[in-house]
Amino acid sequence: MTATVTAGPRTADAWRQFAGNGWRERIDVRDFIQANYTPYEGDAAFLAGPTDRTRVVWEKVSALFPEERRRGVLDVDAATPSTITSHAPGYIDRDRELVVGLQTDAPLKRAIMPNGGLRMVENGLAAYGYRPDPFVSKVFGTYRKTHNDGVFDAYTPQMRAARKAGIITGLPDAYGRGRIIGDYRRVALYGTDRLIEAKRAERALLDARPSGPDVIRDREELAEQIRALGELARMAASYGCDVSRPAVTAHEAVQWLYLGFLAAVKEQNGAAMSLGRTSTFLDVYLRRDLDEGLLDETRAQELIDDFVIKLRIVRFLRTPEYDALFSGDPTWVTESIGGIGADGRPLVTRTSFRFLQTLYNLGPAPEPNLTVLWSPRLPAGFKEFCAQVSIDTSAVQYESDELMRPRTGDDTAIACCVSAMAVGKQMQFFGARVNLAKALLYAVNGGRDEMTGDQVAPETPPLTGEYLAYDELSAAYDRMLDWLAETYVDALNVIHYMHDKYAYERIEMALHDHPVHRFMACGIAGLSVAADSLSAVKYARVKVVRDDTGLAVDYEVEGEFPAYGNNDDRADALAAGLVESFMAKVRRHPAYRDAEHTQSVLTITSNVVYGRHTGNTPDGRRAGQPFAPGANPMNGRDRHGVAASALSVAKLPYEQARDGISLTTTITPEGLGHVPGERAGHLVGILDAYMSAGGFHMNVNVLDRAVLEDAMEHPEKYPELTIRVSGYAVNFVRLTREQQLDVISRTFHGSL
Amino acid sequence: MNGIADGTANGTASDAVTGRIHSWDLSTGVDGPGTRFVLFVSGCPLRCLYCANPDTWHMRDGRAVTVDEVMAEIDKYRAFLTTAGGGITVTGGEPLLQPAFTGALLHRCKEAGLHTALDTSGFLGARATDGLLADTDLVLLDIKAFDVTTYRKLTGGELAPTLNLATRLDRLGKRMWIRYVLVPGWTDDPEAVDGLAGFLGGLGSVDRVDVLPFHKLGAAKYDALGLPFPLRETPVPDADLVGRVRGRFRDHGLAAH
Repeated sequence: MTATVTAGPRTADAWRQFAGNGWRERIDVRDFIQANYTPYEGDAAFLAGPTDRTRVVWEKVSALFPEERRRGVLDVDAATPSTITSHAPGYIDRDRELVVGLQTDAPLKRAIMPNGGLRMVENGLAAYGYRPDPFVSKVFGTYRKTHNDGVFDAYTPQMRAARKAGIITGLPDAYGRGRIIGDYRRVALYGTDRLIEAKRAERALLDARPSGPDVIRDREELAEQIRALGELARMAASYGCDVSRPAVTAHEAVQWLYLGFLAAVKEQNGAAMSLGRTSTFLDVYLRRDLDEGLLDETRAQELIDDFVIKLRIVRFLRTPEYDALFSGDPTWVTESIGGIGADGRPLVTRTSFRFLQTLYNLGPAPEPNLTVLWSPRLPAGFKEFCAQVSIDTSAVQYESDELMRPRTGDDTAIACCVSAMAVGKQMQFFGARVNLAKALLYAVNGGRDEMTGDQVAPETPPLTGEYLAYDELSAAYDRMLDWLAETYVDALNVIHYMHDKYAYERIEMALHDHPVHRFMACGIAGLSVAADSLSAVKYARVKVVRDDTGLAVDYEVEGEFPAYGNNDDRADALAAGLVESFMAKVRRHPAYRDAEHTQSVLTITSNVVYGRHTGNTPDGRRAGQPFAPGANPMNGRDRHGVAASALSVAKLPYEQARDGISLTTTITPEGLGHVPGERAGHLVGILDAYMSAGGFHMNVNVLDRAVLEDAMEHPEKYPELTIRVSGYAVNFVRLTREQQLDVISRTFHGSL
Repeated sequence: MNGIADGTANGTASDAVTGRIHSWDLSTGVDGPGTRFVLFVSGCPLRCLYCANPDTWHMRDGRAVTVDEVMAEIDKYRAFLTTAGGGITVTGGEPLLQPAFTGALLHRCKEAGLHTALDTSGFLGARATDGLLADTDLVLLDIKAFDVTTYRKLTGGELAPTLNLATRLDRLGKRMWIRYVLVPGWTDDPEAVDGLAGFLGGLGSVDRVDVLPFHKLGAAKYDALGLPFPLRETPVPDADLVGRVRGRFRDHGLAAH
């Protein structure tokens, strides 16, 4: 991608004092970062608190949250299908905001995006008491086909049945697939004029090729990308920003980058709308302005705080079905922070700290989804600060830079939760997940659903013995997974064909290179249930209980069996084996647009829904009981503490689950040490040890008092909550009320 | 158990030594520094009224394991423990009730380059050979009370062996963390606390004093075992009391947490 550009006076000004050449000649943000960033190896002492301005703006928007929570949505513009340029500018506090731009003309007012599906828009509106706009319904019901319509035109009966039964589920056939990270930094570094020029050059190469279906589609997409970049410039201009040229100051760099992201969230209601890896990029600008005396630390922090306020108020109109899968109105505005460069220098800068500091300046929040790319080689001061922020806010997740860097490079960012992408070079087709536990039950029942009795998978001989025989079960399971993998990849191909056709991510893809590398991101749920079920059959005896139609509906376990999550190879190998075998099966089926197959072991909060739709399992789990989240061991079966549990998870092979392996841990402050001042150091030790052992991801929740109090009132939400004090570990929700109160008073001694 | 001579632990003969254990666990920052493999052995000569682990009182209730078996389990965590700045802790129960097993285990861990900690009441301190202590990097010494009468009532045992062990450890230059469980009405007497603080303040080997607020989390275990929990009605200490007691230790130049 070479596009010669004549560096005009504005460009020369914008790039003053920057080093390196490659990035000037081609669109290459990584090269720019490597040539210009300054690692920071110190501690957090330099950071600044919030200014009065920041407090006022944040309070103004925070004041709207209670009403939004009460009503589900604060407001919706039901009449204007959202595009990059659809809405007039909106502000929180026009005079005080440093970074401007909202999705609609008012904060928290949600937009409709019917390209994904009209029915979802109408259901979303109805859920919150809004009427669909007749004109919108007419246009998208009569003249303009949607992604959802297209998918259902092409689904086979088999796919529909698998979807309905909940063995393949959460598919993005009724909502935006998301998980595509535009390289929003390009807007700041190059400006849209230069980006359009580069896209034209890519297009010119295609014009020289014969017009086969693939080439035609690529040409059309590039035309749309170029159009979207123009719309971005127009939208920015409505806010008084000329993003056709590169950013000249740090303030502009933050603003330009945000406007690029804003265009994406105006155009797409994706399940995850991740930001990328922006902190060290922005640091180059902030540092230059600091050196030139254009700003001080307080102002630098203020810019990041204001940027983060905007990222916190991204909103989409979603349906109750969607909320049941992914509760808490998440947007996964994931920002990846830290990591190590290919040359060994840490990619940690002062702005990496500044992003984390927003959790203090604005208070804890789940968005943006701050993700630290962890390596034992990160500077000690940064590690300590991350751990302290985790302990204080529970708002940080960690992913292994050591596992990702060799595969996706040192400009990797996380899409959604755990999916590694080389920014601007790789994208994924999000594929949700299949239910491995249910598939095991199908293997027993010859393809019939254990809850409805319907024949969902092709009929095979059911297992008829009084007790399950391991060899017989694993052979039947293997055949069932063959069918599942085939049906699954096939369904994903349909979905992504239609998504490209009817709901193409124009601006996000405009901020990628062409051609882009695509992943087909499959996924599995119920891993621990399936592994423990196999372990029960292999190491104990499992008696089958059948109803009068011969359907196996329950299982009686006789004896003990090793459970996944105790660092016991007997059970852990079964889990790892399932990951390997399903990945191999998925790879056998060609993916749309020659995408590279990957899979995740991740459920987010959908483990609850999957569990609800799955009958009794041979591990003793009852029908309807939630699965463990992601790759977590089953609740309560990991009996030797967080380290043993984490080491079991670390045995799952990342190479066969390149879309990520998720582990969620919950620790009380006391569980990280009796002495508060030592806890951050201990958490650093755990993260270093887990990642050194090959662990990929860890969500670290350090409980605060409010969580424990909530657990007292809603024990069903915290089945796995374990508290650890010297010489004693206990499941919190099983304590008496009096004991729980005791724990609450104990756990927070000296820390509140 | 025939006491002192029984603690020698070296050579391959020790590998076959059998002990009785209750369970094992991994913990962070509560049983010594960093993340640790914590082995709970079975059997204890004391009957502390506040005991949180009555299920570890009797050796006969424990599971018999060899040192080799425990080492095989520890080995699975070796890299984790060293990376996380931790090691192993033998606790219980009372590890010195099984000095041959405890000594052999500590020796093997030491050989394996792991940081070792011994959590003991000191009541059987005389059974800890110099060899066993040489294989112990840190002693977590639980001093249950400083008043002789209170100690007897609270634990059913004598205080003197514990203090003897403390002075012996100090003479050997062995690092110590003191654990002091604060029970309202039992161990919060200012004079007794001052006395203990004064005693500890004179020991250069004491690195810190952990004041552990009494808790009743073990109550359910008493119910399960059909035993009465003697301190069921005793209140847990409030934050002020904990702060005051820590302050008294600090007044004697001790790092109290």
